[in-house]
This record gives sequence, C-alpha cells and structure tokens, in this order.
Amino acid sequence: MAVNDTLEGTHKIHEEAVAQRHGQLMPLLNDFSQELTTLNLGPTHPATHGIFQNILQMDGERIVSGVPTIGYIHRAFEKIAERRPFYQITPLTDRMNYCSSPINNMGWHMTVEKLLGVTVPKRAQYMRVIMMELARIADHLICNSILGVDTGAFTGFLYVFQEREKIYEIYEEVCGSRLTTNMGRVGGMERDFSPVALQKLRDWLKTFPAVMKEFESMFNRNRIFMDRVVNVGPISAEKALNYGFTGPNLRAAGVDYDVRAMNPYSSYEDFEFDIPVGTNGDTYDRFIVRNEEIWQSLRIIKQALENLPEGPYHADAPHYYLPAKQEVYKNMEALIYHFKIIMGEIDAPVGEVYHSVEGGNGELGFYLISDGGRTPYRLHFRRPCFIYYQAYPEMAVGTTLSDAIVILSSMNVIAGELDA
Amino acid sequence: MNPQESAAAPEAPVAEDPIKVQNARVLALLTSLFGEGTFTDIEEPYGLLTVTTTRERIHDIIAGLQQDQEIRFHFLTTMCGINYPENEGKELGMIYHLHSLTQNIRLRIKIYFPITDPVVPTLTDLYATANWMEREAYDFYGVIFTGHPNLIRILNVEDMDYFPMRREYPLEDGTREDKTDLFFGR
Repeated sequence: MAVNDTLEGTHKIHEEAVAQRHGQLMPLLNDFSQELTTLNLGPTHPATHGIFQNILQMDGERIVSGVPTIGYIHRAFEKIAERRPFYQITPLTDRMNYCSSPINNMGWHMTVEKLLGVTVPKRAQYMRVIMMELARIADHLICNSILGVDTGAFTGFLYVFQEREKIYEIYEEVCGSRLTTNMGRVGGMERDFSPVALQKLRDWLKTFPAVMKEFESMFNRNRIFMDRVVNVGPISAEKALNYGFTGPNLRAAGVDYDVRAMNPYSSYEDFEFDIPVGTNGDTYDRFIVRNEEIWQSLRIIKQALENLPEGPYHADAPHYYLPAKQEVYKNMEALIYHFKIIMGEIDAPVGEVYHSVEGGNGELGFYLISDGGRTPYRLHFRRPCFIYYQAYPEMAVGTTLSDAIVILSSMNVIAGELDA
Repeated sequence: MNPQESAAAPEAPVAEDPIKVQNARVLALLTSLFGEGTFTDIEEPYGLLTVTTTRERIHDIIAGLQQDQEIRFHFLTTMCGINYPENEGKELGMIYHLHSLTQNIRLRIKIYFPITDPVVPTLTDLYATANWMEREAYDFYGVIFTGHPNLIRILNVEDMDYFPMRREYPLEDGTREDKTDLFFGR
C-alpha cells in the first residue's frame, strides 16, 4: 500500500513536471501551422562530442529556438565528495574536464593546501605549472582540431592528435596514467620528474612548434574555414560577462580576464606571458585565441623548465603527504602516518576556502567548507562549462544547423564538466 | 607610484596586509550603501570577505553592488546551496560569490532561511548566468527562487521527488550492516 502511494505521488510529480515543461517549450511538437520542425540534436550525436541534448525548433534550415537538456552523465560528485577524505576526491576532479585533468587535480590540491596552510616548495610549483600548461595545450588542441573536423577539415585533427598523444606520454612518465591522471598529491607531486620524462618533454618542445605552425597555416587564413567561422555565433563582452563566461570564450569577446594573471597561484607571477584577446567573440576569435594561448603556454613551459629550481618536490607536511613507501617498511612514524592518511583519519581544520585556477575552459573554482572532519562538509565546483553553456541557445538562434554545430564545438563544452 | 612618496605618506601603516585594507574598504562601502546592521557574521576566511545578510535584502544588495560605479561587482562567479540541519530556522542557505573584475575584489554573501519555507528572490534579472545556477540549487536543495523563468530540475531526472544534496539523505543506505566499520567509524 505504502509503496503504491509513493509511486502514485511520483507519477503525479512526473506528470506535473512534464506538463510544466511542455508549457514552457510550446510549440514542442511539430507545428504545421508555422511549418516549424522539431529536431532532436543529441543526446548522442557525433557532432556534439558529448552527451547532451538540444531540442531545436527549425524553420527550414534556420534555428528558431533551442532548449538544452543536460545531466545525462551527472554523477553527483558534490554529494560523493561529502563522504570522501580529501585525497580520494582527486579522482573525481579527473572526471570533470577530462581533456585537461591535471589542471583539475592541481586546482583541487591547491584548494586543500590553502585550507591546511601548507606551503608547497618552489620546485613542486614549477612542476605543477609545467603539467598544467601541457594540459591546457592538450585541451586547446582537442577543441581546435575538432572544430576543424566539424567544418570538414580532417587533416589538421590527425596532425595535432599525434602531439596530444606525446603529451599523454609525458603524463604517463610523470604520474603513470594518461587520461584521468590523478596527478600529484596534496602537498606537492608524488614523485620527481624522471630523466625520461624530462627528455620526452624537451624533445616534444623541439618538435611541437613546427606542427603547431603547420596547423595554424592550414586554418588561420584558410578561405573555406574562415567562411564557415567568421561572424558565426558572436557574443559581446557585456553579454559574455553577464552569462558568466570565463577562459578563452570570454577573452575572445575582448575581456582580458585570466585567473593566472589576476590571482596568480602556483608561482604564475614568476612567468612572462601574454593574454590574447579577441574582438567580437565569434567562432573565429575563439579559435584564434585558443591557438595563441597554446603559444603562450609553450612560453610558460619553456621558462619553467629553464628555471626549474632544485629542491624537494613536495611540502614537508607528514600529516597530509604520504611518506615514501620504503620508509613505511622501516620507520615507525612513517608507518603511522601512512596508515592514518590512507584510512582518512586526519582531521582538517575548520574553515571555508574558495580557490580558482584557470582551467582549459575558464575559471575552475573549488568552494570547500570544512567542519573539522576528515571529509568536506560541502564541496562546490564552479564548472566553467556548466556556466557558459547556458548561453548556447541565444548564440545558436538565427543560425543554421551547421553553424550551430560549429558554435557548440568552438565553445568546447565537455560533458563531464557540464554535469559533474 | 614612486617608493619614496609612499614611504613619506604620514598615514602609511607599517606592514599592513593589503588584503585586510581592501576588505575593510569594501566593508565600509557595504555599510555605507546598505546601512549598519544589514550584515552579520563578518569574517575574512583566507582573505575573502564574507558577510551574512537576510533573504529580504539579498536582491537589493546584489543589485546595488552590481550597479555601484565605484566597485562594480558585475561578475557572479558562482552560487551554491548549503544545508545545516541542526540550525533551527536556518537549515538551508545560499552562498553567492561575487567578483569585481575591474578592481579584482571577491566577496562572499550568505543567506540562511528555514527549510520549511525555502523561498528566495531570483537573481536572473541581474545576471543571466544565475539561471542555471539557481536551477542547480533548486535541483540539489529544493530552494524556490521566486521570479525565476524556468525553475525545473537541471541535472537530475524530472520525476525525482526529493532533493538529494540535503543532509537527511545519506550517501549510502544507513541500514546496511556489511559496511559499518566499528574501528574506523565509517
């Protein structure tokens, strides 16, 4: 009886929700009086590069209105994080923007370090900068080369994907994994760069610029490509700010907001780099800004590698940083700390921290409230994709379907980050 | 500015934390704009000025801060809900992070309200970005935003009949015995 009652209530809520939604989406079904067609773009569509749906109203080739539906890969990270010790939350951050996992990992580590008051040595900070900039390059390479694929230029994609593969090989040397990296630890990196990793990095720094130049020469002044992307999906600076845009999408609209420059973290103040900005925030500007950011990231990596300080690669924080495995076998204190950290027995101080890093798509923020326990009381992720994707209908309305695909691609919406 | 000049300034305090000075300035501006007693629980955890106010004032305050020519908080960084079941009458909360990009000042504003009456004015008329953030807060905590154009669930399925981020819903089934660990207290 009770079960049936609950079910009835659920059905009622569902019906109400559907009715409400239909009221807002009207005309949702094909409306022949206006000769509008409803088109489901997604949830699984090869051109959306991720699982999210857009219900488009089409007048012939033109989009009249669009309603995005998201949440297809919602994994409740914020809820899960409330029951996990801090070091177990790092793998969750991997799975947000999986194109640039190291940035997410290190943003999270820095948030916890800020809460704990741990200062990371310079060498670890520079190592983090190198890995984060590699991740940014990988992220931008994917976005821009996929944009090429969506406009019909497949070759550039194949050229740069080889370079992305090399970046992943460097990740592999540094942390052992490639896509969901779980790189570093609270307090620093889990190991120093190996000679192989450094060699791979140096080799890549030598070969990559030529490939990048080739990629740019294929696209930047390509007549066919420019016809497809110039003045497609422009957004003004005011509107972009109002919609909470950050990262390359905001800079393409002409606002020079970059967390690395405005609130430097992990020694970004030591490096010299420029913040490229666009003018009218269209697809072409977004493409060019990302390309230019790749060059700036290369500059940062070179500076960091040249000036890589000697010293420890992690903070001296035995309560939070796992001891070396050899120590655990021989040393009583190390064994105790190892045990306490792994079992999540270490309490964090009471406090609340907001820390943001410049992710591949913009300001990636972590808002952590600790009540003094071993897990966060509340952890909120500011996911740049989630925030700027809501502007997509407005940018797509009035364009054709093929343009809408290109706009979506140039915004670099990553489903994992969208849904968290 | 030339270093000699700043050293010669009579009121220049010695080794004053610039973040503290900035926060004091923002706080003075806040009280001058919205009056004494509007803000309670003024803190600066890790350098970020945090104030608590009431839901009746929140819309005016954020609108005022957005339009104020001196400080121009025209960027809503993020907002999120929170649930403290033990705070009677203030079980639910909303936390807003504002950012003034021109002066690089961040501000955190909190409001608390009873879980039985979780109604808060919307910010969608001020920031377009508030739309999905508020839908997320509704989806997770059941906060009702009056005036929101389309307050439906965003990440969870539409026929979900509870608000999963509230603390009354534990992550794991509390009746399971095979997962209890008496020694480590999980």
